[in-house]
Amino acid sequence: MARRLPPQPGEWIDREHTMPFTFEGCKYTAFAGDTITSALLANGVRVLGRSFKYHRPRGVFSAANHDTNVLLQSETDFNIRGDVTTVEHGMKLAAVNTAGGLEKDRGRIMDRLSPMLPVGFYYKTFHRPRALLPFWENRIRRMAGLGRVDAAWPDDRRAPARHAFCDVLVVGAGPSGLSAAVTAAEAGASVWLADENARPGGSFNDQEANLQRDELLGRAHALENLTILTDTVAAGWYADHYIPLVTPEGLIRLRARAVIVAGGVYEQPAVFRNNDLPGVMLASAARRLVHRYGVAPCESAVILAANSDAYRTALELQAAGVAIRALVDLEDPGTRGDLLADVQAAAIPVYERSAVYSAEGNGLLNAVTVCELDGVGRARPDTARRIDCDGLLMSVGYAPAAALLYQSGARMTFAGTPGQFVPEALPSGVFACGRVNGVFGLQARMDDGMAAAGEALAYLGREGRQHTRPGRGSERMSHPWPVFPHPKGKVFVDLDEDLQLKDLERAAAEGFDNIELLKRYSTVGMGPSQGKHANMNAVRILARLTGRDIDETGTTTARPFHHPVPMGHLAGRRLRPERRTAMHGWHKAHGAVFMPTGHWLRPKYYGPGPEDEAIRAEVLAVRKGVAMVDVSTLGKVEVIGPDAARFMDQLYTLKLSTVKTGRTRYALMVDEAGVIIDDGVCARWAEDHFYVTTTTTGAEIIFRHMQRLIGEWQLNVDVINRTHQMASMNIAGPLTREVLEPLTDLDLSQEAFPYLGARQAEVAGVPAWLFRVGFVGELGYEIHVPAAQARQVWASLMAAGDAYGIRPFGVEAQRQLRLEKAHLIVGQDTDGTSSPFDANMSWAVKFDKPFFQGKRSLEILKDRASNRLLGFRLPGNHPGPVPKECHLVIHDGDIAGRVTSIGYSPSLDAWVGLAMVDRALKDADTLSIRVAGAEIIDAPVVATPFYDPEGLRQKPETVPESQAREVSA
Amino acid sequence: MKLIHCPKVGTRPASEFVYGGLWRPMPDPDACSDTQWCHYVFHRDGAPGVQREWWCHAPTGMWFVAERDTMKDEFLRTLTVAEAMREAAYG
Repeated sequence: MARRLPPQPGEWIDREHTMPFTFEGCKYTAFAGDTITSALLANGVRVLGRSFKYHRPRGVFSAANHDTNVLLQSETDFNIRGDVTTVEHGMKLAAVNTAGGLEKDRGRIMDRLSPMLPVGFYYKTFHRPRALLPFWENRIRRMAGLGRVDAAWPDDRRAPARHAFCDVLVVGAGPSGLSAAVTAAEAGASVWLADENARPGGSFNDQEANLQRDELLGRAHALENLTILTDTVAAGWYADHYIPLVTPEGLIRLRARAVIVAGGVYEQPAVFRNNDLPGVMLASAARRLVHRYGVAPCESAVILAANSDAYRTALELQAAGVAIRALVDLEDPGTRGDLLADVQAAAIPVYERSAVYSAEGNGLLNAVTVCELDGVGRARPDTARRIDCDGLLMSVGYAPAAALLYQSGARMTFAGTPGQFVPEALPSGVFACGRVNGVFGLQARMDDGMAAAGEALAYLGREGRQHTRPGRGSERMSHPWPVFPHPKGKVFVDLDEDLQLKDLERAAAEGFDNIELLKRYSTVGMGPSQGKHANMNAVRILARLTGRDIDETGTTTARPFHHPVPMGHLAGRRLRPERRTAMHGWHKAHGAVFMPTGHWLRPKYYGPGPEDEAIRAEVLAVRKGVAMVDVSTLGKVEVIGPDAARFMDQLYTLKLSTVKTGRTRYALMVDEAGVIIDDGVCARWAEDHFYVTTTTTGAEIIFRHMQRLIGEWQLNVDVINRTHQMASMNIAGPLTREVLEPLTDLDLSQEAFPYLGARQAEVAGVPAWLFRVGFVGELGYEIHVPAAQARQVWASLMAAGDAYGIRPFGVEAQRQLRLEKAHLIVGQDTDGTSSPFDANMSWAVKFDKPFFQGKRSLEILKDRASNRLLGFRLPGNHPGPVPKECHLVIHDGDIAGRVTSIGYSPSLDAWVGLAMVDRALKDADTLSIRVAGAEIIDAPVVATPFYDPEGLRQKPETVPESQAREVSA
Repeated sequence: MKLIHCPKVGTRPASEFVYGGLWRPMPDPDACSDTQWCHYVFHRDGAPGVQREWWCHAPTGMWFVAERDTMKDEFLRTLTVAEAMREAAYG
């Protein structure tokens, strides 16, 4: 049963090229340019899918990208929309959501069961017992579902997003949008025109090809500053006209200076019994099929009418060869003017003030029951008459495609004429024209587009001719109540979700009588088409049920994206920053096992492991010989200017203005509330020149904080971020001098370069800054060099240290070494409430400064510290589980703190740890720590530092040479 | 994504900016009461309306002060820190 019509003027198909494809296992042939739906219809296939919940047969409905009951599965993709997706050579297609194929879908039993499945059934039934919920969820999801993803498909679906800019974006390339775009572009603006269809023209294409379209398109194509994108959905509006354009190739993030929304309307169905039967469709769908694809939507049609477009449809389809059995007008046809005469002249029977009460047919439409309407618009079953037909074309109203307008903050109001929501107030830079603006009539729409363009040009401060808005016409295009209840039900409001009139009535009766509640409870408008053909009727139904008007009832929020978008488009390209230090290549070549710290990759330890042994060996190398760690990730800031000393004093808790040139001092920073936020080492190069390090994680934030405080404090000082320009390494251990000495002219003796000194000198021929610090508790130097030469310096030191058994050490060994010294790590041993007093660092707070950040808070907190950082120790051979970080300290049955750091100290052959505990425990002898398995162990509290409490080893000149060597041996 | 106007750099997308919290002139820490100080440190007026806020243009490190209507998420004006300090001092 071939339904292909003779060639139509301006059709989108190429009849010279045929393409074979299969659907549900049967072979068919399409013309190039056919959509899957048009090709199947041309081959006489009318049942194209099964519905979501009841597995009812469904056919073409909108042919406008919203036929969500015609979703298909191919060998490489799923949820393909048959109504807009063009056939490709050799496609193998099947309907989604069937059990055993489209024809014999076993799921169709659900339709019989539907009376037992009222709205809210699943919420009410399956929440108890809780244990069975996963079972039911699995069952329900299998029955009610969409396409299936095949994990074997290649992972090449990520599409990088592009970015673009323009003066004016016009959404919709129909008569109004095309006119607007051409007008704006001819005035010199850079214009983008986006349309979701395969070709521009919009509703121009749904009627006889005409000269106005071709003239406008000709002008459009001649303009170099007009970019036309087809197959492109403007999927949302974000602040300042930032619009995601969904193209087949991926997202375009477009920044426009002004937006003209000319998205037109979605035609709306009538609500009556069996209004979902294949053969029942929107009139606009029939016109699209005829004019774009040369396919007859049916052989004999009845037209349900509530506006003049219905009459045009009747005439056009009859001209195309479809027999029009009847035109059923919900209203008085007398108002249709010449069109009524034309229809009558064409011998089409017109039934006035009548409605389709029910569609008939077992799985396919074969007749409609038409009833006259009473005085209040109800169907009178006593007047029922049956009219045979295989197509029912509904032309009863429209809803504006206004998602972008809503998202931009437009105020919309319901207008009785034309019978839809129209913009009442638009935000600046947003304009609307055409049918979305409530303007019908072809010439009026084009005039409206030109006027919108003129307004947009004026908004942009450009010259351009101003046009007068044509105003909304006098015809009511949308019927206020195209709803005809039927005692036998199957009166559908939302085809996506198989929602019936009775479901909405029941939801409202159960108290879900606000439009947002009704949506969430019944799921109306929550299917793949997002209610584009359901929401308006749902609003009408709820308004009538609650006795409110349409404006009072309102609409649901249309959030971006208002149309489905492939996940691969959203995911975009995988771009994750990864920072590597200047010595990364060396680490890699020497077996480093890396760990991420923030965006950085740092050596955790140097292989081949096992990890624990490697870390212990690294710790012992520092304690007994010499070893080196890459500390380039530290934040590094130069502070320069006349107010530099004052700035440092105000920024940190210690007094840094008294640091002498060529010396360093520990630097601790608290915020306004007195909470520790960062620490580092501050060196002074001159009266007005400091150099300070920050923690790795604080590098960016603290630098930015400094920049802000300079402005807030109005100080004459500058900060320079050296974090990425300088690389740093810390060489430490009793044998450090032996390694470093041959590589520098610097005098490393105690007198010339004492503990906490800072020096500038060449190391391995590279200008370097050296700081004698004791973070790991041994003689050590932190060496900062330009990043470009850092690897050379590192390698030279490693080579020089070879004779002394030097080895690199990683983050884990560094953490263990500092733990043995009880040097805290900000953010690990402290938290968002820890003041220096909690962390045993009152020595680091100098109140004898006129002002510093957090001073006033610390004055208040001084004697009120609520916590205390304590050290505890367990023997190295402690039997049973050892505490881990974050294990709880228990006191009197309550939580009284937590372990913040713990590790095995090879230097001491003991487990040492820090715990932040309640101040009630500040003098405790032991801590009760709950370890894995809820076992409580008692850990003795010991004084810190655990290792070398006098700090003799980092300044070995104070220890007799022989003794130091003895320890290191 | 919003556009934000930095008084020095010009108009740039919001992704280049970092929000720095409310702009709150600090009371004299030596003269104010504990209660006043506490209010300054911990209290933030979250009521929708016109707020003065710290914003930073991250790539250039330029901090400035913005007047923003938090109800409408609209930037009303932006001013340099010096300008904001002057206005705070002289009203």
